[in-house]
Amino acid sequence: MTTMNKHTLSVLVENKPGVLARVSGLFSRRSFNIDSLAVGETENPDVSRITIVVNADSSPLEQVTKQLNKLVNVLKIVELDPQQSVQRELLLVKVRADRAVRGQVLETVELFRAKVIDVAPDTLTIEATGNPDKLDALLRDLEPFGIKEMVQSGLVAIGRGSRSITTGPALRAA
Amino acid sequence: MTRPTPETLANRATPATVAAAAGASAVAPISPVPVTGAGSLVRSLEALGVEVAFGIPGGAILPAYDPLYDSKVRHILVRHEQGAGHAATGYAQATGKVGVCIATSGPGATNLVTPIADAYMDSVPIVAITGQVARPAIGTDAFQEADIQGITLPITKHNFLIQSAEEIPQVIAEAFHLAATGRPGPVLVDIPKDVLQAQTTFAWPPTLELPGYRPTLHPHGKQIREAARLIAAAKRPVLYVGGGVLKAGATDGLRKLAEVTGIPVVTTLMALGAFPDSHPQHLGMPGMHGTVPAVYALQKADLLVTLGARFDDRVTGKLDSFAPDAKVVHADIDPAEIGKNRHADVPIVGDARHVIDELIAAVSGTATGAAAYEPWWAQLNDLRQRYPLGYDEPTDGTLAPQYVIERIGELVGPDAVYVAGVGQHQMWASQFIKYEKPGTWLNSGGAGTMGYAVPAAMGAKVGLPDTPVWGIDGDGCFQMTNQELATCALEGIPVKIAVINNGNLGMVRQWQTLFYEGRYSNTELGTHKHRIPDFVKLAEALGCVGLRCESKADVDATIKAAMEINDRPVVIDFTVGKDAMVWPMVAAGTSNDEIMFARDVRPTFDEDDL
Repeated sequence: MTTMNKHTLSVLVENKPGVLARVSGLFSRRSFNIDSLAVGETENPDVSRITIVVNADSSPLEQVTKQLNKLVNVLKIVELDPQQSVQRELLLVKVRADRAVRGQVLETVELFRAKVIDVAPDTLTIEATGNPDKLDALLRDLEPFGIKEMVQSGLVAIGRGSRSITTGPALRAA
Repeated sequence: MTRPTPETLANRATPATVAAAAGASAVAPISPVPVTGAGSLVRSLEALGVEVAFGIPGGAILPAYDPLYDSKVRHILVRHEQGAGHAATGYAQATGKVGVCIATSGPGATNLVTPIADAYMDSVPIVAITGQVARPAIGTDAFQEADIQGITLPITKHNFLIQSAEEIPQVIAEAFHLAATGRPGPVLVDIPKDVLQAQTTFAWPPTLELPGYRPTLHPHGKQIREAARLIAAAKRPVLYVGGGVLKAGATDGLRKLAEVTGIPVVTTLMALGAFPDSHPQHLGMPGMHGTVPAVYALQKADLLVTLGARFDDRVTGKLDSFAPDAKVVHADIDPAEIGKNRHADVPIVGDARHVIDELIAAVSGTATGAAAYEPWWAQLNDLRQRYPLGYDEPTDGTLAPQYVIERIGELVGPDAVYVAGVGQHQMWASQFIKYEKPGTWLNSGGAGTMGYAVPAAMGAKVGLPDTPVWGIDGDGCFQMTNQELATCALEGIPVKIAVINNGNLGMVRQWQTLFYEGRYSNTELGTHKHRIPDFVKLAEALGCVGLRCESKADVDATIKAAMEINDRPVVIDFTVGKDAMVWPMVAAGTSNDEIMFARDVRPTFDEDDL
């Protein structure tokens, strides 16, 4: 999962048209690669939360964070420490599973606490959530059966404990 | 709409601060009145105290021009939208108020792209208002449709596409607030035609909803104390002053800080006029064409006190050999500038005025004036004596461009506003005119936009009608935007434009001389050889007075003749030699240590003194 220079940023933004384009455009403009990106509404429908995983050293990361903070629609940016947060991705994967191997596939599904969400005579479609490590392991185990198709969401993450980043003082003021 | 929280409420700008940003006193509240969207736009501009807007009408923006017809906002009809944009910039730089430009959709809007990018690079507060095709047509490749919001995303501080007529007063007020506060910059407001035509109500003042916008104005006390400690410990400090000091109106404070501490001052291209050129502590401009003492001072400094400057590559030269022994105090209103190019030992986020005032208070106990840095000053003064700015008289009998510019500065004086294009003439104007006051030097620094001078001079003159405004332009630049002289002639904007006509794209030619073995590929413009165009005839065709000067003996008389004419714009074709070069020079990509005082002349520094 996260190597030394992978960083998870939670970016709270105003829920307005074009904000995602501003954020993603800034990354490409400043030559940063986004590993994964997920966006959705928060408990406040006026605020969206963008979770961005970037591969960068700390000093360029600081620069891109500062540039993000300058976007008028960005309300707050928090870097989530993998140890202090829960990080999840969603995986949907269509695996070859005829009668001969179906039992073994189901065993793997069980082992990873994944779910079968669609069944066809020769395939099973499996849904799994977890941190990227777990999903990688699941895919490794399913690979020998033959993966026909897969789709993965961006990572979403939330800090552990009772504190909430949506109520704390804005990072920008610092 | 974001629901207000106590935090957002606390950060809301008041209408008074917005009006102040537009340079006007707050107007009395206006109760709701029925208007069209276009009426709401024009009423909003009036309520913000906008005096003037530069623009050209067209299909999508047409509804806005109807209420503008009898508005107290003066609209100046330019000849090209680029002219409108640079005029807004010149107006803003000369007056400190927000400049306004207006264009229609599609090509009208895209013609504003260059001046918007220019204003973004130089942090100039302008608001660009563009018409857009009607909402139902957006995204259909309609006639004169362009996604100007998308196009200007990377070159605006912020931009808006208005979705309903009700939003207009709020968005316009937000646009002005964003443009003028914090680190200033261009803001674009795109308004669909059907929104301009819709019926709505106008009321003032609107409430600004900018929960994510909170510029930090006041520096952190701890950082100020740390900066003061470094200043007290330094042996070879330099005040490295950028355009932020001018924008913050911090020039009086800067002078006080310099005099209290006795520290040498360098002012970047964007900061000329922030510290008097005549002041004994001023070493001049640093950078690619800076003075030897200014470049040397930065290279040998043990402390850079950086105020509203951004370590631009034209100042630092090769970054990893820039000021190798210096600790850096870096104060800027934009936190993203701090540490961007050069690590800051003491980062200070804040408005330059507050930073400087607090620094003065923090150092006043310990500062001992110039005496503290006597060995440092001895070195710098020695360099000043040995390597003053200067130029050689051409040996081929041609007129020296530097002489022309020097004489304009001498005769017109330090109260005028000088507006340069981009290239050799710009560098000579930065070197040979003496700037004593803030706001007297306008140029395109970051973007290096050829064609900036004529429209920016027009904007400056509109903002400061009683101040002489002199454009110092090149024959290349002048041919890019001189159509605005027709605007100046018709609108009664008597600017003076000195065309430093060397018949070539001079700066490019200089590089071809130095780095391309004199292979002059596509730099000859024919304004000498063929006199195409004839600038005197061109000036007359545009309703201006055209003068020509080809010899040293006539320079003063020609300048004085131009100074006497105030009922029309004046263009002077100063026909100068093509071989003059800008010196000193640090070649692009090389270290500042490699500065050349003149061709093949490296300054000698007495290393034993260090």
